[in-house]
Amino acid sequence: MSTADNTRAPDPFPAAGNISDDEREELRRHGILMTSLEELYNWGRSNSIWPIQFGLACCAIEMIAAATARFDIARFGAEIFRPSPRQADLMIVSGTVTKKMAPQVVRLWNQMPEPKYCIAMGACAISGGPFKQGYNVLKGIDRFLPVDIYIPGCPPRPEALLNGLMQLQKKIRGEHLTGPDAARHTRADVPGEFPVPTFGEHDLEPTRNPEVWTPPAPITRSGKG
Amino acid sequence: MIGTGSAPSPFGQLSGPTVRKVKDPFHGDLLEVSMGPQHPSTHGVFRMDVTLDGEVIVKLKPVFGYLHRNHEKIAENTSYLGSMPYTDRLDYLSSMSTNWAYALAVEKLAGLTVPDRAQYLRIILAELTRLVNHVCLVGFLFNDLGTSFTPLLYAFREREKIIDLFEALSGSRMMCNYQRFGGCRVDPTPEWLAAASRLVDNFPSFLDEYESMLTGNEIMLARTQGVGRLDPKHAINAGITGPVLRASGVNYDLRKVDGYGFYPRFDFRIPLGDHGDTYDRYMMRILEMRESVKILQQAFRELPAGPIMDPKAKLRGFRPKPGEAYGRLESPKGELGFYLLSDGSPNPYRYRVRPPSLINLTLLEEMCLGHTVADAVVILGSIDIVLGEVDR
Repeated sequence: MSTADNTRAPDPFPAAGNISDDEREELRRHGILMTSLEELYNWGRSNSIWPIQFGLACCAIEMIAAATARFDIARFGAEIFRPSPRQADLMIVSGTVTKKMAPQVVRLWNQMPEPKYCIAMGACAISGGPFKQGYNVLKGIDRFLPVDIYIPGCPPRPEALLNGLMQLQKKIRGEHLTGPDAARHTRADVPGEFPVPTFGEHDLEPTRNPEVWTPPAPITRSGKG
Repeated sequence: MIGTGSAPSPFGQLSGPTVRKVKDPFHGDLLEVSMGPQHPSTHGVFRMDVTLDGEVIVKLKPVFGYLHRNHEKIAENTSYLGSMPYTDRLDYLSSMSTNWAYALAVEKLAGLTVPDRAQYLRIILAELTRLVNHVCLVGFLFNDLGTSFTPLLYAFREREKIIDLFEALSGSRMMCNYQRFGGCRVDPTPEWLAAASRLVDNFPSFLDEYESMLTGNEIMLARTQGVGRLDPKHAINAGITGPVLRASGVNYDLRKVDGYGFYPRFDFRIPLGDHGDTYDRYMMRILEMRESVKILQQAFRELPAGPIMDPKAKLRGFRPKPGEAYGRLESPKGELGFYLLSDGSPNPYRYRVRPPSLINLTLLEEMCLGHTVADAVVILGSIDIVLGEVDR
């Protein structure tokens, strides 16, 4: 982040940028709230993330548990699970993505409006998990979608999901609307929709989305990539 | 999503006559609707291709395989013990029962005996699992009926209490991996047993509270009574087991029929339904929970001291003699069986699961025909499927 901040162009609308934090605090004590549009926008977005109601496997039960009274995801403003992708901001990929299911997951992602985020919940969504050796299991949803937060565990506890959500909120609060490090959804050159793979004869076609994921370089004997 | 007469259907899989001649202006064409795999009512990644006449279902085709995780193939390449964690992920709401079913099959194959204390512990954990499963099922069923989450909050409150016990014992909330061939993995402490016993003693009061809100509810009665009727003859022919079969009035419970474990020592009754409709299937779960509480109370009273593992059982280098075995038990969803074929190597030659959820799902179309789409959702909810087990 620090290098990105140095190269950042001056804010064209320095609403709150030209007063110090102390001055802002002083004003706040007098009942005057100063903020920038960007900050206000990110604050609002980060506190009302609506996930898509979309359970894949075991992790979905823990996702439901996170929504119930004991863990209460509503404290973070993310309790409104929308069954329709058109109304959702966040896709929690909660469970094993099989090759039969992967096209539908990508299609749901395409149907979600920007700005949208993706959490890979559990070992299966991250890498295939315990079922990685299976012939029908996708080895990580990040081969097709840009994943923002990874939550390890099999299944992760609801607390882990809440932590993941808080990390996502932090990420959203740090996003910029302008400049060279502007958020993904504000840039025209970064795609928000991806081609839907087909369930082919032997594997998914294509097997990955090259815009999102490239296989790591093979490790040679000398250990240099 | 309208399948019109001449244009090719977007759901090419549907076969047969899907479009009917228009007889009168009030009846249009048949409608093909694909419910799922992402749908709030389908309990995971399950799809129903429904053909509708107005709102009435004239054809329903269940489509599954969206969660086919190669469980059987992986198990054939893993050691016997290595498959135990995978069985947790079959029916992820009731991992303790699934563990036990697999352990039962391997014990049959290898000729292992189980000490008394372990037998009691298994029954305690299996019945606690039954409570978790049924209470969640009732919550989800009411979600499907349209109560939008409230009964589920009560259900998950109780589930969390039991899940905490599982976590204290096995180290994991859902994926317990607790049973071993010839016994159990960890011996519970007296504090654990006291806490579990207290929970079980308090459970009937929760059930009373839950039932007072749900059972007599007028909307619930209107939506479930006479909906999704299942004929006992049909059910037997299709191999349906578990509460779905017993709701149709067939007295078949493996706890009584097989008498596996120490169940013959226990005093409990098998609830039976009269009509085989959704309401009976709901009541079956409530009554079974009350019987489970009785079993649990008796088990806590009679739990003997002693070892929890068969001393002859060995975990490393486990190679059963060539042969085959089929172990089955009454899981919360029905007859859960594991078929194992050993060729003397460390991993099974053939490994097959008889999943109750999948087989109970086979008559979904018969139950749903003539009902509305909203009823199909409720009927599916009352069958109690877990997609991890259906697709494996």
